[in-house]
Amino acid sequence: MLEVRDLHAYYGKSHILQGVDLDVGEGEIVSLLGRNGVGRSTTLKAIIGEVPPEGSISFKGEEIAGRKSHVIARKGLGYVPENRDIFPTLTLRQNLILGQKSARAQGRWSIEDAFELFPNLRERADISAGVLSGGEQQMLTICRTMMGDPDLVMIDEPTEGLAPQIVERVGRLIEEIAARGVAILLVEQKLTIALHISARIYVMGHGRITFEGTPEDLRGNEQIRKEWLEV
Amino acid sequence: MEVFVFSLFNGVLYGMLLFLLASGLTLIFSMMGVLNFAHASFFMLGAYFAYQISQPLGFWPALIAAPILVGVLGAAVERYALRPVHRFGHVAELLFTFGLAFVIEEVVQMIWGKVPVPYDVPPSLNVTAFAWQGLDYSVYRLFMLLISVGIFVALFFGLTRTRIGLIIRASLTHPHMVASLGHDVPKVFMWTFGVGCALAGVAGVIGGNVLGTEPGMAIQLGPIVFVVIVVGGLGSLGGALIASLLIGVLNNMAISYDFSLYPIFSLLGVEREAEGILADLVSLTTGAIAPLVPYLLLVLMLILRPRGLFGTRDV
Repeated sequence: MLEVRDLHAYYGKSHILQGVDLDVGEGEIVSLLGRNGVGRSTTLKAIIGEVPPEGSISFKGEEIAGRKSHVIARKGLGYVPENRDIFPTLTLRQNLILGQKSARAQGRWSIEDAFELFPNLRERADISAGVLSGGEQQMLTICRTMMGDPDLVMIDEPTEGLAPQIVERVGRLIEEIAARGVAILLVEQKLTIALHISARIYVMGHGRITFEGTPEDLRGNEQIRKEWLEV
Repeated sequence: MEVFVFSLFNGVLYGMLLFLLASGLTLIFSMMGVLNFAHASFFMLGAYFAYQISQPLGFWPALIAAPILVGVLGAAVERYALRPVHRFGHVAELLFTFGLAFVIEEVVQMIWGKVPVPYDVPPSLNVTAFAWQGLDYSVYRLFMLLISVGIFVALFFGLTRTRIGLIIRASLTHPHMVASLGHDVPKVFMWTFGVGCALAGVAGVIGGNVLGTEPGMAIQLGPIVFVVIVVGGLGSLGGALIASLLIGVLNNMAISYDFSLYPIFSLLGVEREAEGILADLVSLTTGAIAPLVPYLLLVLMLILRPRGLFGTRDV
């Protein structure tokens, strides 16, 4: 569904991505692991078009490298950024409404669905989203992107800085998304979640993919874990 | 008492006219980070277009057509001039709008000349609505008030209740996120710029025949509009409204009451019989310094509260 070949990206003069190859199949959960600063977030940003990409990115058989973000999003590629860019001046409900790509479109997800997954979002639907806790903002960001009914969603570090209890709920939300047939490309640092829910795993280092395999492969490969993951 | 009521009324009217300009400017600024120096030039174009259209067709067609023309022109300026300049940074954009203001002024002078054009209040509205304590109040002034309040209400509901309004408000703070949710942010920018210019155009249409339609009108009003958006808080529509009214009313009060400023100077130990430059100072009245009032307010605001009345970020 998503095929990335020889992807390069730059921030000013620094060469961040140095030839990334990765694939995500239909309905598949794939995790992209690695230490901070190796280019995981940049990979997602280059795919969605927020950072200018070089190389080939094909989505549903169509080349999308260099297209504008909103065009890519409309093809069914969702993106949840790591900084939880909620719209703080809008209410929670308005945030969800903006996730829908048009006023008429009704996909797999409705605002009711979002409320059912998180009852405490419903109670606070009409308060300003800026006052939500970090965990609630994270859930809102994910739900908002799902309102647009993507076929593949890229989620960047959804559990960063969250309490263990909330981490578990975010994990369940991701599984719920997968259960509805949406493919997921997950960027994570917490190995436990990634190993638990992913079908395949990529490990990144220095702007390249340094390992590809199943969670079992990674569990058995202590050398890769030592060299590229453990701090 | 009647002086108070009339200067309040005129102040509100002037303030609402300022608001028509400031609302567009503040939206454009907070969304694109572009301080549009040419904004008041679109106000001037509104007045001239209205004059030109009203010559053969009368005031009413001009009231509709002139703002639309100005809006389309504004959208075209954003799309074909400002957007390509954007990647060279804000300084380039600033210089561009600065230059554009002069270009518009020169073009206006070339087409319509340096002297004011006879753009007059339509006779059908130039009648007395009510007279009170010997002062007349024309229907046209009430009409101006009605239009500007109507536009404020429409703008407010448009931004808070409609989908496009939500997209605009979200793009003010997080344009990248809005784009990755599938909304065409550059197009939203273009239309916001266009509508902002059209609002300035409306102000030109309904204000040009009262304030005078001449090539200097943009330069005269432009700086005051900047004061409004800084005092109100950049990006805040409510702030722009309050600041517009505040400046409008303060300005009118200063002129109508024309207090002597001597008491202030006497506190500083200046004698009434002072000579030379001090003599000029003690004879100052608030009326004489009325044009300074907005700028005094600006300076005070920047010192005391740099983010403005309702702003969420510092200038």
